This record gives sequence, structure tokens and C-alpha cells, in this order.
Amino acid sequence: MTAPWRDVVRKIDDYRWEIPTGYKPGMVVPGLIFANEDMLHHIWEEQAIQQVANVAFLPGIIGHSLAMPDIHWGYGFPIGGVAGIRVDDGVVSPGGVGFDINCGVRLLRTNLTGEEVKPLIEKLINELYDNVPSGLGSTGKLRVSQGELDTVVVKGSRWAVEKGYGEAEDIAVTEESGAIEGANPDKVSAKAKKRGIPQLGTLGSGNHFLEVEVVDKIYDHDTARAMGINSTGQVLVLIHTGSRGFGHQVCSDYVALLGDAVKRYGINLPDRQLACAPIKSAEGQDYLAAMACAANYAWTNRQCITHWVRESFIKVLGKSRRQLGLEQIYDVTHNIAKIEQHRVNGQEYTLCVHRKGATRALPAGHPALPPVYQDIGQPILIPGDMGRCSYIAVGTETAMKETFGSTCHGAGRLQSRAAAKRSLRGIDIARSLAARGITVKAGSMASLAEEASEAYKDVSDVVDITHNAGISLKVARAVPIGVIKG
Amino acid sequence: MAMSRRDFEILNHTADVGIIARGTDMKEVFANAARGMFSIITRLDDIAESLHTDIGLTAPDEEGLLVAWLNELIYLFDTENIIFKRFVITELDSTHLKARAYGDRVDSTKHRLKIGIKAATYHMLKIEKNGGCQAQVLFDI
Repeated sequence: MTAPWRDVVRKIDDYRWEIPTGYKPGMVVPGLIFANEDMLHHIWEEQAIQQVANVAFLPGIIGHSLAMPDIHWGYGFPIGGVAGIRVDDGVVSPGGVGFDINCGVRLLRTNLTGEEVKPLIEKLINELYDNVPSGLGSTGKLRVSQGELDTVVVKGSRWAVEKGYGEAEDIAVTEESGAIEGANPDKVSAKAKKRGIPQLGTLGSGNHFLEVEVVDKIYDHDTARAMGINSTGQVLVLIHTGSRGFGHQVCSDYVALLGDAVKRYGINLPDRQLACAPIKSAEGQDYLAAMACAANYAWTNRQCITHWVRESFIKVLGKSRRQLGLEQIYDVTHNIAKIEQHRVNGQEYTLCVHRKGATRALPAGHPALPPVYQDIGQPILIPGDMGRCSYIAVGTETAMKETFGSTCHGAGRLQSRAAAKRSLRGIDIARSLAARGITVKAGSMASLAEEASEAYKDVSDVVDITHNAGISLKVARAVPIGVIKG
Repeated sequence: MAMSRRDFEILNHTADVGIIARGTDMKEVFANAARGMFSIITRLDDIAESLHTDIGLTAPDEEGLLVAWLNELIYLFDTENIIFKRFVITELDSTHLKARAYGDRVDSTKHRLKIGIKAATYHMLKIEKNGGCQAQVLFDI
């Protein structure tokens, strides 16, 4: 097989590949891709290597323009891209966060076993489907005024808990405690608010889902126990959604606004979708304030859905919340830009770390971790796809040294949504999942086909690379028994 | 560029989806791009023309105007629940547009929604004027 990428990337070891700055004139730093040889073929074919190189143009970027093994082609930044950019003289780019700001994952544990839940799974999935609004064009059960929405996007998860959706303990185990600082609703357009109001408390469509799963493998028993995962067979619930139309509109608005800023500040970019502004400029600060609002909207969203998941379990299983467990293990965001302290080449820097389809991966002892995870490091939640499995991992010192404390976020697409839909039929997928004991309820059969396993890289391959490279370590694996898709 | 080809065609990309819209002038390209976008969301044959909305926009350049136009329609779909199928561009230069869009409110008993579109993007955005006109736009879905 010809491998044109061999002339471009330099092998560092089996899991690390460097793109030298000479590859594209204008790169400020080299690129670094975490992948194996097989994956590089695909990454090359869909021009994601170009995108890693394009990100390396951004003013103030430091270290490497990074790509996680689930890298695939995105807008401006590749999905799976990470960039650490100096706050003092660097830029912030909405394209480095993505349209679905604070798309993320929340994981709940239960005291239930798969054997207890399986006989009730259809009933449970139907109840969850009725209780958690999902699908294209769906609107939420929450009715907030615009004034109330402004409070939501400042307070985040705390707003939801104060309104009775969830518990204070949930907030303690949510990244950023469910509200990023600096949110300013005045920096969010009326359009974004109008899109956001009816969609608060909805799962949405596309690749978002809610999954009831069973632990089938534990790699590190002590670490798993610290997260409340005690044995195989234990039932978990995974929630994957983001900031809905509110976040999409914030991103669209600021890509347009910062497109003008690029010209004003004389920034040279290889791709207009990389539109950015100096972090310290008014435009850059405005984006960060609006992005924080969208991030907080997403945390509120996952917090409300968590409450409805608990209600659904209580109703179907006929047990109390305490008997069921249903405590939150953690909540991570995988589309975000955050101001963080990092050490690069022996020097401390304040950086704006862009993670687009990448998860924060803090090591044990990091001050940003809640007390319960100080000894093990940050839980990392990596959803696979409907038919396969998802992983729980922990952050490491290696991630702090090499990737600004970041690791992968999921499986990464292999097929276009349309190609998946052409080659796979939703009804067949529902049947084949049922044959494997997985109950699925989807808003549309087409959306089921788009998100079928065959359309994705195997999440196990992705997680093995991050594990072997040492940027996150596997703790446990879970397989689905029931899924709701938008 | 052969203008006998379809008004628009759908492009498939690993993560997402796009369109190439064609026309004898940019007004037609803008209209066909919008039609192409809504054909990704649902089957346009099922849409009646029961209402219309007037749209006026400005942007710093033609590419920005095309992205703003499509994003305005996505915004109206998301907030007003309207699927548009026909577009009359009454005024267009490189920085401003006036248009009337005809369509119908989404009714789940009549319309089957296929794919949600988050936004039109600048990525690989191309406008070509070479005899006829055409534009390529990719969407985040």
C-alpha cells in the first residue's frame, strides 16, 4: 500500500507521530498525532493531517498542535484536536471548540446488576424515552423566560440543583463544578437565547444519546472502587449531550465576528473557519464570556436529564433513590477552551487550552480535582458507539507533560453519515442490536443508521493507544443494554 | 461549467455533509444553496408553501453573506419551526441581501425530519463565477 503520509510524518514511537514545522510554511510549532500506523492511512486520506498543521499556525500556540487517536476531519480544527495557546500573546478560536460547545458526557453508577435490569429494560427505555425529550426539533419540559435563561447560563448546574433537578453532590463531581467562570449573557446574541430557551433539558439528535450499560471488564480494581465501580455486572448510565442550538448559534455568531477581527489584527490563517482573536482583545474576551454561557447551558442540560433518569429508574424499578444508588461518577466536557496553568519546557504558562473532541485528563493530586478523586486522578468518560462499548479511564502525569492534560473523547467517525445511511438500514440495525440484547429507541431510523458502529473507528483501538501512550489509563469497560437516540 | 447540471448536489464528507449549488447568477446560487440545505433536513416535495418570511442581511463579503444567509434560515427553522422550500432573492450584491422564503411549519404527521443542521461553515467554502456560478458549502450536522 502506498503511504504518502510517510513522507510527511516522523515516527517517534508506535503511538506518536510528529508533523515537522517544515511541512507547511507558517506552522509555528510541530504537530503531534497519537495514533497507530493503520489509523494514519485514514487520517491522511481525509486530510486531517492538514488540519493539525493548520492549527499550528495560530499565534501563541506552544508545544505541539496535538491530535488524539480519535482524530477525524472537523471544521477548522480537526475533531480530536488539542492546542495550548499563550494567554499573553495568543488567540482564542471558536473553531477550536466547535459548534456544540461543552458537548460532554456524564456517568452515573447504580447498585443494580444487569441481571436485575435486563427483564425490565424495554420498560425502562420507554420510560426514559418519555421522560427525556430527544430528537430533532424536540422541545424541553422546562419553561424558562429569557431573564431566567440569563441566570441559567451564569449558574450552570447549580441553577438546576436549586430548582430541584439533582443534588449538590452532583456538582462536586462535575468538571468546573458545572459552571465555568466569566459567563456574561450580555455577550450572547438574542438569536442564541431564542434557540436556547425551548431546547433546555433536551438530549437533541445526531450523535447524542443516553445509554444504560453494564460493566463487563475492570482493568484497575482499586481505581474503579474509588469511583464506586465494584464489580462486573454493575449497571451504569451514560448521558452524552451538549449545549444544543444555544451553543451552535454562539459559535456561528463568533466565527462571523472574529472573521472581521482576523483582518483587523492582521492574523494570517490558512482556513477561514479558524477565525480567531487575541485572547486579551475585547473580541476574544467576548467570545470566552459567551462560550462560558453555552458551556453552563450544557451542564444545566445534563443536570436536568440526570434528574429525569433518576425519576425513571425509581418508577420502573420500584426502589428508592438510595436503594438504587444512581450517584454521579463524573461529568466531563469534550468541546471547550479553558484558561489553565501548564509547564512547558520547564516554564510555567497561563494557557488557553482548546479541546475539540478531546477530554481533560488530570493526574492524581491536581488541585482542580474534587477530594474524592485526589488519589486516583480525574475520571475520563469515553463513549463508544451504540453497538460496542464505552470506557472509563483516569488522567496521568504523562498527559500533563505531553498533551496539556488531555486525552481522547470517543470513537471518531470512519464513514460519512450519508454513507452509513446508504449502506445500513436503521431497521436492520435495531434488529441486530436486539439480537445482541441491546434495546434501542430512536427518534428516526435514519438517525440510527447514521450512528451505527460500522460508521466509527473501534473505540477500543482508540483507548488502547491513549493507554499505551500513557496519556490516560483504562479503568473499566461497559457494554450497552439499552439506548435512547435522538 | 455545464449549467445543464442539477441546481444542487449533496456532498458527503466523513464527519458531515455539504452542497454544491449552481445557477446562472448568484441570486440563483443563493436560492439553490438554501433549497439544497433544506433537502438535507427533509423531503422538499412534502412541504407546502403556506407561509413566507422576508429576510434582509448584510455581511462583510460575498462568502460571509452566503454563510449568514444559510445560518439565518437554520435559525428560523430552529426557532420558528419553519421548513422553507422556495426562495426569491430580490436584491443581492456582495455585502447585502433581500429575500423572501416560502415554506410551511413542521408537522410531525406530514414531515419526516432526517438530519438536524447545526450551522453552515466557512470550511472549504468556494464561490466560482465562470460563465455560470456555483458555490460549495459544508454544514456541521
